[in-house]
Amino acid sequence: MNPQETVERALALSKADGCVVVATERSEANLRWAGNTLTTNGSMRSRGIAVISTIGGAAGVVQRSSVDAHELEDLVRASEQAARDAGPNEDAAPLVEPDGTPAGWDEAPVETSIGTLGGVARSLGSVFERAAGQQRLLFGFAEHSLETRYVGSSTGLRLRHVQPTGRIDLNGKSPDYARSAWVGRSTRDFTDIDVEALDGELARRLEWAARPVELPAGRYETLLPPAAVADLFFYLYVTAGDRAANEGRTVFSKQGGGTRIGERLSPLPVTLRSDPAAPGLEAEPFFTATRSEEGTMSVFDNGLPLRPTDWIRDGVLTDLVRTRAYAEQTGAKPTPLIDNLILEQPGSTASVDDMVARTERGLLLTCVWYVRMVDPQTMLMTGLTRDGVYLVEGGEVTGAVNNFRWNESPVNLLSRLTEVGASERVLPREFADYFTRTSMPTLRVPDFNMSTVSQAS
Amino acid sequence: MRRMADAALQRVRELGAEHADFRLERIRNQDLVLRDGRVDSASDGQDVGFAVRVVHEGTWGFAAGVDLTPEAAVAVAEQAVEVAKVSRPVNSEPIELADEPVYADVTWVSPYEVNPFDVPDADKFGLLAEWSERLLAADGVDHVQAMCLQVQENKFYADLAGTITTQQRVRLHPELEATSVDRSRGTFETMRTCAPPAGRGWEYLTGDTWDWAGELGRIPEWLAEKAKAPSVDPGRYDLVVDPTNLWLTIHESIGHATELDRALGYEAAYAGTSFATFDKLGTLQYGSPVMTVTGDRTTEHGLATIGYDDDGVRTQQWDLIRDGRLVGYQLDRRMARLKGLGRSNGCAFADSPGHIPVQRMANVSLQPAPGGPSLDELIGGVERGIYVVGDKSWSIDMQRYNFQFTGQRFFRIENGKLAGQLRDVAYQATTTDFWGSMEAVGGPETFLLAGAFNCGKAQPGQVAAVGHGCPPALFRGVNILNTVQEGGR
Repeated sequence: MNPQETVERALALSKADGCVVVATERSEANLRWAGNTLTTNGSMRSRGIAVISTIGGAAGVVQRSSVDAHELEDLVRASEQAARDAGPNEDAAPLVEPDGTPAGWDEAPVETSIGTLGGVARSLGSVFERAAGQQRLLFGFAEHSLETRYVGSSTGLRLRHVQPTGRIDLNGKSPDYARSAWVGRSTRDFTDIDVEALDGELARRLEWAARPVELPAGRYETLLPPAAVADLFFYLYVTAGDRAANEGRTVFSKQGGGTRIGERLSPLPVTLRSDPAAPGLEAEPFFTATRSEEGTMSVFDNGLPLRPTDWIRDGVLTDLVRTRAYAEQTGAKPTPLIDNLILEQPGSTASVDDMVARTERGLLLTCVWYVRMVDPQTMLMTGLTRDGVYLVEGGEVTGAVNNFRWNESPVNLLSRLTEVGASERVLPREFADYFTRTSMPTLRVPDFNMSTVSQAS
Repeated sequence: MRRMADAALQRVRELGAEHADFRLERIRNQDLVLRDGRVDSASDGQDVGFAVRVVHEGTWGFAAGVDLTPEAAVAVAEQAVEVAKVSRPVNSEPIELADEPVYADVTWVSPYEVNPFDVPDADKFGLLAEWSERLLAADGVDHVQAMCLQVQENKFYADLAGTITTQQRVRLHPELEATSVDRSRGTFETMRTCAPPAGRGWEYLTGDTWDWAGELGRIPEWLAEKAKAPSVDPGRYDLVVDPTNLWLTIHESIGHATELDRALGYEAAYAGTSFATFDKLGTLQYGSPVMTVTGDRTTEHGLATIGYDDDGVRTQQWDLIRDGRLVGYQLDRRMARLKGLGRSNGCAFADSPGHIPVQRMANVSLQPAPGGPSLDELIGGVERGIYVVGDKSWSIDMQRYNFQFTGQRFFRIENGKLAGQLRDVAYQATTTDFWGSMEAVGGPETFLLAGAFNCGKAQPGQVAAVGHGCPPALFRGVNILNTVQEGGR
């Protein structure tokens, strides 16, 4: 059975009030390297089918990686039983009705292969040779996947989407591991990835680190580059649920009740938004979920068209994430999660180099790592600097500083920003396994809290 | 299954592979989440697939597929060899594997009484809802989240040498968290159960392995006390760390640091490296002389426990740190051969049929002191300090030096007695300083086996369940941060 047949047969078998079937075909290829040699690799295919049955306001979800035609009925019945066992769900809503003509439903899944990374593999050969000659060690990972998703429902939805996702991490170290630098890129197809240019940037950064400087813990003027900003604001985005905020359980809860929507979070006119059609960051244009979660995701909302959404506009909190059911309860509009995130200040054109040139004394980070929530009351997070903390003096990078553990809240940071650079497409460092479609600026923070020194290099 | 394995292995033998293994897995999982006693999310999944891994001309090649036929197995086998060929020009380290005896057709099943997948969902929801209602009925509890994660893994492995293993293991992780909200002050606080995840069946929730009634009964009072507790004064304190918290510190600062692939740089671009580099084996003073840490994949009910690893190695127990000194690493066959360490200690693991096995963490456990002190005796030895219970926030740097942890409950210790809770506490240290400050560990009766479902490592990212056992332990002069002050409030 092809995925469309699987979806149609499952829907035909359904005896529930409503049914949604999500079929996914995924192919991926990867290369991994360390110490100037390839280490592991892979070419994989996987498949998934999720049957979501709705009965009297309850939902049951059963997923399998593959089913034969004769197993399909068992799968559908199992999801119906799961719905009966679960009982009414707070996020229950009528299933989404079709919105326009389905596009591409009949088309086959699209596959990638190890050949997509052939250019990377060839470039790595020459780059490894050059790095070895310059006393540098290279580590990294390249991955490309193509996921074709089919969503059908008893209300008549027939949706298909192909999502290409690619990324490359390149980490360079001195032979004693004392100096480390990192560059990363997200890509849809690797045609825009120049491995030799990335290696050139690594070499430049390792040169910056030729002069080591020891600094104590403290608050420093800090330039957070786009990769670091992406990790901090991804966390903010995925924890920005409206229901939890209204219940008084997040940083976006308002004292006395309600949420902080409408409150100014930043003196600068920054905007945080998602748009499934954002150029270069194109993401699935309709909502899909095979599980519900905390009022931010609902399986009842599968197939909902995704619209551009502002979360923060001109420095003011404008919206939080909510399901259709919670939107109905509160009289607000549904604002489902969208698979991309953009932080920008309209009109800002400053590059990292421009902002370095305007810095009398401060730190330029490369990225942040091991980011975890410490206090959800303030969204205080902790983490480490990694792969290059550079000292900026008189508008130039003059050396590399030891790493730090930091404790900061992205919400609090917004209130202290003094400069926002140009937003650019960037790969997060820590959360790239889950989220690669981001555009972020460099942020200047006058007093970033470097809490303790880390000996790591 | 066996026809697929035979077909795949036959094909890669024809194509000249030096080593090859075929792995077919079925992984069942069910995640149940209730919010305030009502089902918030319930998902039931099953992942079935297979993989062929080869060493061809000294280079790894890996491919995975989902169509369960001998023909598909042959195609995936050919793909694995093709991947090795594409990779060969950029591989300068020929892959060799440590020797291992052949285990012809062996089986292993983890011990449990009731497979959670045999329990009707309605019964599971019913128990979690009853526990939720019990908490919600208490004064000061505004919300309750209850969840139970359940996994059943079935692995079939066959390699060119002739080893064939068929294994099954079951694990689950129940957890409840209560929240109190003070809308007038705009504040909230949480308190979660400390019951660890376990390699057990549904009997873990219905039997007496864990005192569920006792813990659920006390959560409201602990939550209320925490909500009005004084904020900690930052500075240096003596700590008694409960096993419900210490397991995570062991995981981060010992477990990952003693993975040989990390120590050799193979995870450098992602998970990181280790300060415990290979040249320090046998000489690094990791901690105080009361510190003995073992690795194992054999402890009954341990989350990393299994009979044979994904390299076909029979699992074992060994020392990582003895009397405070680094004496061992966690290994797979590739790492063991690379450094001339003899036989692998069985730490190869892939989290799914679609992922290549990598060296993953064993159960890494701090051993109790024979005849050692009780928890009360450890607390009794502290004049001014803090007793830390339950894990919460955790973070450590990429060489496993600097860590910072919070917890569920922090009790002030004054003159050897508990004197009420503190809030806004985080403890921060450098690994060897922290373990060097460990003055005493509890006796065998204080030992608790805990662990996590969600240890992440490798690219593509893989998730592994891992167990950590330990007694409570006493540490002197640890740096305590006030998290409110850290946030600039």
